[in-house]
Amino acid sequence: MSSTTTPVDNGVNVEFLLTARQMLTDQPEGAQFKWRVTNKWVNGTHSRSTVEDFFGLGAEQAHRVKFEFDGDHPELFSSEDQGPTPVEMLLVSLASCLTAGVAAVAQNREIQLKSVAATLEGDMDVRGILGIDPDVRNGYSKIKVTYDIDADASPEDIKALVAQSQKRSAVYDIVTNPTNVVVEVV
Amino acid sequence: MSRCLTERSIDHVVLERDDVASSWAGRWDSLRLLTPNWLSRLPGHCYEGDDPDGFMTMPEVIAYLASYADKISAPVRPHTEVTSVRSDGDGYLVTTSDGEWQAPTVVIASGPYNCPDVPEVAGALPPHVTSITPGEYRNPDQLPDGGVLVVGAAATGIQLAEEIKRSGRPVTLAVGGHVRLPRMYRGRDIMWWLDAAGVLDERYDEVDDVVRARHVASFQLVGSPSRATLDLNALQRGGVRLVGRLGGITPDGTAQFSGSLLNQCTLADLKLTRLLKTLDEWASGRGLDGEAGPPERFEPTEVPADPPLLLRLRAGGIDTVLWATGFRPEYPWLHVPVLDAKGRVRHDGGVTASPGLYLIGANFLRRRKSGFIDGVGQDAHELAAHLAGHLDRLTIVG
Repeated sequence: MSSTTTPVDNGVNVEFLLTARQMLTDQPEGAQFKWRVTNKWVNGTHSRSTVEDFFGLGAEQAHRVKFEFDGDHPELFSSEDQGPTPVEMLLVSLASCLTAGVAAVAQNREIQLKSVAATLEGDMDVRGILGIDPDVRNGYSKIKVTYDIDADASPEDIKALVAQSQKRSAVYDIVTNPTNVVVEVV
Repeated sequence: MSRCLTERSIDHVVLERDDVASSWAGRWDSLRLLTPNWLSRLPGHCYEGDDPDGFMTMPEVIAYLASYADKISAPVRPHTEVTSVRSDGDGYLVTTSDGEWQAPTVVIASGPYNCPDVPEVAGALPPHVTSITPGEYRNPDQLPDGGVLVVGAAATGIQLAEEIKRSGRPVTLAVGGHVRLPRMYRGRDIMWWLDAAGVLDERYDEVDDVVRARHVASFQLVGSPSRATLDLNALQRGGVRLVGRLGGITPDGTAQFSGSLLNQCTLADLKLTRLLKTLDEWASGRGLDGEAGPPERFEPTEVPADPPLLLRLRAGGIDTVLWATGFRPEYPWLHVPVLDAKGRVRHDGGVTASPGLYLIGANFLRRRKSGFIDGVGQDAHELAAHLAGHLDRLTIVG
């Protein structure tokens, strides 16, 4: 698929993914992962979330470093804007999942990516979260994602990268399909 | 398989729970094969009727297979139900409703469609809704008058959605992964193209992902004399409403549909275009461009901008849910440890890990055509050869 003889390198180790796939096919217990986030309230609508450890391949694992994220509401909502809103972070999740997928699929299909840019926009009627109208949902009524990709491939093949990325995306699945959420108070 | 074994003078019996081809009975009234009649070639037999480009009805299929069994003098034991197959020394002990058999080799040919694969979510249907599977469906007259939700948009789903809509009932079709194909392409049946260009001959050990290939949905084709293409655009023109894959049913009787409808349709459209390109390249390479019509491309699937994600079944007028969600095989009688965690026979091109035990008649068993009548013959030849080799080894060792 590449128009030159240099090997395609999008920075994705596809051989590793294929090996992992084979290994986990034979040992599905290793495929059971748990991703974790802890969160502490700071003040008002501002809280800080921390990501450091997760469970997978049968053992506790740790990220290279601890990641922290502030979440808040904007001044328009009479908050302090110490961080993006939760719903914007949801779009961040979706974008990073889909873009990672585009890179992985492109690597697997030997398509050299030059640039991949995505714009995301979610429509929300805030009467939902404000409890003004019970017929209005809290969340997004629609999310639109626009990809602008420059790659050594036809427009058709680029569309196929994006379609395949959605097909195998965790966040896309979580957002488009029902997911059980259990909240306990200790 | 019987014909291939006879050719090799391998003594055998064919155990059949009812009568020859009876699994083709009990289908819905209007069902026809979705492959043209000429594409039903069996070892030593082929369609000889006056409509080779037509599509057999179920009674015609049963007659075709029954006449084949007669022609080859297949040693069939009808009305003989197998209740157990277990290992017995170097061979197998087969217990039936009519006695026991001991055999060094056994071929499982019970087919992939033993029971409907209805999702767990069906248990959450409110009581006022009629729940029906394709095996129970015969024609629209048996359904209540109100709206129908057809779950699944592969061959069965699209055929029944169209037929039920024509009966005057509102139809909503829940669409997940599907394979879009035109009935006719450049003047010939699409199955002619798939056969001629070798797509149906793709081998299981040559595809990237055979597990995925074995789970590909049945083609969105119908075998109708009008040779109509029954894709999602045609269904929508006929008034069928599309929604995404059924995700859940809430306790208050609300169906939830996936927000992935657009991508499912995009994936199917992209796959179709890739296939047509492959067929065009093959035709050019064979110098067929003169006799075939010009290359065609089809309109992208029109996807509603805001398909409903929720449907309150009662308020939405849904009286029936038809589960066009496929079938799966079942082997309650198989007591040899060759089943995987999902109850499917583990095999390598039809050869199981238990010496002398074979599987035939499954999707992509050895080739993409393995699940079609026209594809079984080659599998039978190859597996019969393997089976004969196994018998020879047993004789030498024994």
